[in-house]
Amino acid sequence: MNILVCIKRVPLTGDKLVLTPDAQTLDTRLLGFTISPHEECAVEEAVRLVEKYGGSSVALTLGVEPATEQLRDAMAIGIDRAIHLVTGADDNAPEWDPLATAGAIADAIRADGAAFDLLLFGNEAADSGGYQVGIRVAHTLDLPCVTGVKGLEVNGNMLTAKRETAGGMEIFELPLPAVVTVKEGLNLPRYPSLPGRLKAKKKPIVTSSLAWRDGGLEKLQLKLPPEQTHQAEMLGKGADAAPRVVDVLERLGLL
Amino acid sequence: MILVFIEHSNRRIDDTSLEALTVGRQLADKMNVPLHGALVGSAADEIVARAGEFGVTVLYAAELAQPDTYAPAAYAVCLVELLDNSKPQAVIAAGTERGNEIMAHVAARANLPLAANCTDVQPGADLIVTRLRWGGSLLEEAKLTGTSKLLTIAPNSVPLATVEPTRVTVQSFAPQLSERDYRARVTARVETAAGKVSLASARVVVGGGRGVGSAEGFRELEELADLLGGAVGGSRVVTGLGWRPHHDQIGQTGTRIAPELYISCGISGAIQHMVGAKAAKHILAINTDADAPIMSKADYVVIGDLHQVVPAIIAEIKARRG
Ligand SMILES: Cc1cc2nc3c(=O)[nH]c(=O)nc-3n(C[C@H](O)[C@H](O)[C@H](O)COP(=O)(O)OP(=O)(O)OC[C@H]3O[C@@H](n4cnc5c(N)ncnc54)[C@H](O)[C@@H]3O)c2cc1C
Ligand SMILES: Nc1ncnc2c1ncn2[C@@H]1O[C@H](COP(=O)(O)O)[C@@H](O)[C@H]1O
Repeated sequence: MNILVCIKRVPLTGDKLVLTPDAQTLDTRLLGFTISPHEECAVEEAVRLVEKYGGSSVALTLGVEPATEQLRDAMAIGIDRAIHLVTGADDNAPEWDPLATAGAIADAIRADGAAFDLLLFGNEAADSGGYQVGIRVAHTLDLPCVTGVKGLEVNGNMLTAKRETAGGMEIFELPLPAVVTVKEGLNLPRYPSLPGRLKAKKKPIVTSSLAWRDGGLEKLQLKLPPEQTHQAEMLGKGADAAPRVVDVLERLGLL
Repeated sequence: MILVFIEHSNRRIDDTSLEALTVGRQLADKMNVPLHGALVGSAADEIVARAGEFGVTVLYAAELAQPDTYAPAAYAVCLVELLDNSKPQAVIAAGTERGNEIMAHVAARANLPLAANCTDVQPGADLIVTRLRWGGSLLEEAKLTGTSKLLTIAPNSVPLATVEPTRVTVQSFAPQLSERDYRARVTARVETAAGKVSLASARVVVGGGRGVGSAEGFRELEELADLLGGAVGGSRVVTGLGWRPHHDQIGQTGTRIAPELYISCGISGAIQHMVGAKAAKHILAINTDADAPIMSKADYVVIGDLHQVVPAIIAEIKARRG
């Protein structure tokens, strides 16, 4: 199977979100970067499917130069090669909206020329939460698409995909090639090994630079939601706090 | 005209779609245009009446040849047909799994931008929307352009508002669908076994994080949850380490909980975790570190080792119950 996985570099936010003074982005000077947990599962799934059925896997990102880091991370756990659509030199480069992002990704997939059996995406990007890039790419490439997937099985050229609903599971069936957007819980991603990291350094990344495109959804400013400040009641230290804890349970009518 | 896509089950409009209708009604009023609704399936009397309470004047009912098969692309075609025929100023759906998915298909077909999970919409030639980022930990104000504005409304973000009931005209239509629209479709459903208290709806949630130390360490948390008729959950660290299955995870990429009390044990209180507990009425944090971020987000705190505190709470409950 030939599989493509789309991943997006996002800041690894800590205990508090801090905005830049112009409220255009998060202040990331003290932060590391990662990809969404959903996409980590997409990468892991691609590697497992290639281990099982043969073929090869590609990771693609549209992002700033340092997003190479996320591509190397994906290759460290077994992705074979990468495509980097470079949007700027550093993390302050202007953001692309989902329509523009999907357009550039679809162009790159066509330009790559490989016949992919499966295109994997996260259900939503961790930072901007657009809920649409995978579906847009599917439409442009005229492929069937299922979203929010937490279980995936390949049977010949058919795919069975499971997703959770309020009361249980929905099972989708669709023919390959297809686009699947996944959620964390699909699998338990492995950690990259040291040999994996060393190998990743030698794997090829094809880069191209793209000029910013307007997709019609324009970020004006970011805002922090009103803080839910709590005056915490200190119930005590260690086991001695137990009676006061149970008083609270009683007060809340939970006993 | 403003068009709202209505999700329904058992002859009832879903609450999330009522929220979308509320936003649609307010936007239609401000723009001085009518509010129309669209659904897939037949427009039951109860649904029509309810739509009227939210100010819908025309309700389009798409009748599909395969009414029991859910296929997102096919549902989207129904809306695209209405979009092409009546050029609404905006199409609004609920920011549910299906709402977001169907609207993304609509947006792709119509080649229009889509703003997902909005909490506020201000009218104008372009709409100014406020939408959720980072699962709700951050808000974005954005300008949404397009000949028809496509957006979804974040669940639980707007209070429902009814109006003087309107007369609703139902217009059934059979959209032009092809086999291709059914390439990805639901072929089976599995119901979860009833009986166990679900994390999302539990009145008490006992959550464990890295501080629990091991999979076995969760036994005390299980016992406490059982005593209180609650459910056990955890942080991403404990699901990532395999101490708990992923469906126990609380947070941005896990379950959203809304209990009366969330007892969080050995969890630091990272933003992505806390966003999943936003709807908790009260939070009790048990942590060895008095400076852990969770301590300033909780209503009640106990400083100490959870492996001493939790068994003491269990003993105290048992003693009081006699
Ligand atoms: C895009 C993205 C999405 C994410 N989604 C989620 C999500 O859905 N859910 C989620 O939980 N996380 C999520 N995370 C991860 C999150 O950022 C944190 O890394 C995680 O929540 C930390 O888990 P923790 O509190 O168990 O561990 P830690 O941060 O390591 O905290 C452990 C805490 O336990 C305390 N402790 C240690 N020993 C004891 C003891 N014996 N008794 C009492 N207290 C003790 C420590 O003082 C500390 O405060 C996400 C991250 C990203 C980047
Ligand atoms: N800049 C990007 N580069 C690569 N993949 C992306 C990018 N943005 C979004 N994606 C993919 O599309 C999914 C959904 O994104 P979104 O629709 O923006 O929420 C993400 O989980 C990624 O898999």
